[in-house]
Amino acid sequence: MSTTTDTQWQLWEIFVQSETGAPHEHAGSLHAPDAEMALQNARDVYSRRGEAISIWVVPTQCITATTPSDTQPFFDPAQDKIYRHPQFYHVPKSVKGL
Amino acid sequence: MKTEQEYLFEFLLRLGDDQLILGHRLSEWCGHAPILEEDIALANISLDCIGQSSALLKLAAEIEEKGRTEDTLAYFREATQFKNIQLVEQPNGDFAFTIARQFLFDVYVYLLYEKIQHSTHPTLSGIAAKAFKEITYHLRHSKEWMLRLGDGTEESHKRLQNAVDELWTFTDELFAFDEVENALVSAKIIPPLISLQQEWNEMVKKVLAEATIKLFNEQCYKVKGSRKGKHSEHLGHLLAEMQILARSFPTAKW
Repeated sequence: MSTTTDTQWQLWEIFVQSETGAPHEHAGSLHAPDAEMALQNARDVYSRRGEAISIWVVPTQCITATTPSDTQPFFDPAQDKIYRHPQFYHVPKSVKGL
Repeated sequence: MKTEQEYLFEFLLRLGDDQLILGHRLSEWCGHAPILEEDIALANISLDCIGQSSALLKLAAEIEEKGRTEDTLAYFREATQFKNIQLVEQPNGDFAFTIARQFLFDVYVYLLYEKIQHSTHPTLSGIAAKAFKEITYHLRHSKEWMLRLGDGTEESHKRLQNAVDELWTFTDELFAFDEVENALVSAKIIPPLISLQQEWNEMVKKVLAEATIKLFNEQCYKVKGSRKGKHSEHLGHLLAEMQILARSFPTAKW
């Protein structure tokens, strides 16, 4: 088995907040040698057009994610339990913004 | 004896040419930087510099009132008519050299524009205030790299030390103020620049010490004369590349 050595720097996930009160949303990832440089790179890559008022950087390795093989047991059960979905309620016409 | 208008024109050429030539040098990294993220960072800084030079040379052309524009000033002057310091025209070298050149310049313009943004000339003060914000970021970028390269691996330390040794010869010129700046200070158009060199020295030496870089060459030979149009051989080559399109197709629009 051949292995390839990654000569790039550590990978970071970037979360960008677009306005006060809004959630930090995942914008993408990038390489950087440390957190301060990750912030600077994120500023250049993801907010150079003024998209952000705040940025979080997180080492990718610190994120634990579901895997594609988890899809069935994790997410399927909800589908056949229709009572979990609020679709049996009648919404009065005067209620707006739901 | 020159008029105030002529002195201001000359001063704006000095500021604008520094940014134009450094912006062009940095643009040469585009597509060649060591890593994608740094490629984008250097290109961003390059665009900031060119943007600043465009505003400064436009104002210079308006003050001169001879029908020139920022484009004619950038593309139709010869090397001896450029007033940038020789520091910014030096070839990129390796990444450490580019970062060291950038850092020495960033500290300089950070301190300079901090003062010039209080100019009594409203347009100049506006341009300087906008540039100061951009420069604050440039300095943060180059300073962080100075610390990481200097205090990094044996190889990165050696390269940065070599770069600082080589670049120190260009550092006196940053403060080669003459009758141009003196006239503008007397006319209260710009604040006094007398403290600039000392402030620069303190700021630069603090970071060099933190980056474990030594100043072996502090008393070395220092180049001079670029504010009067004297340059190293590198400027001519740079201008040939920068000006060829505009000179070959003078009516081209882009």
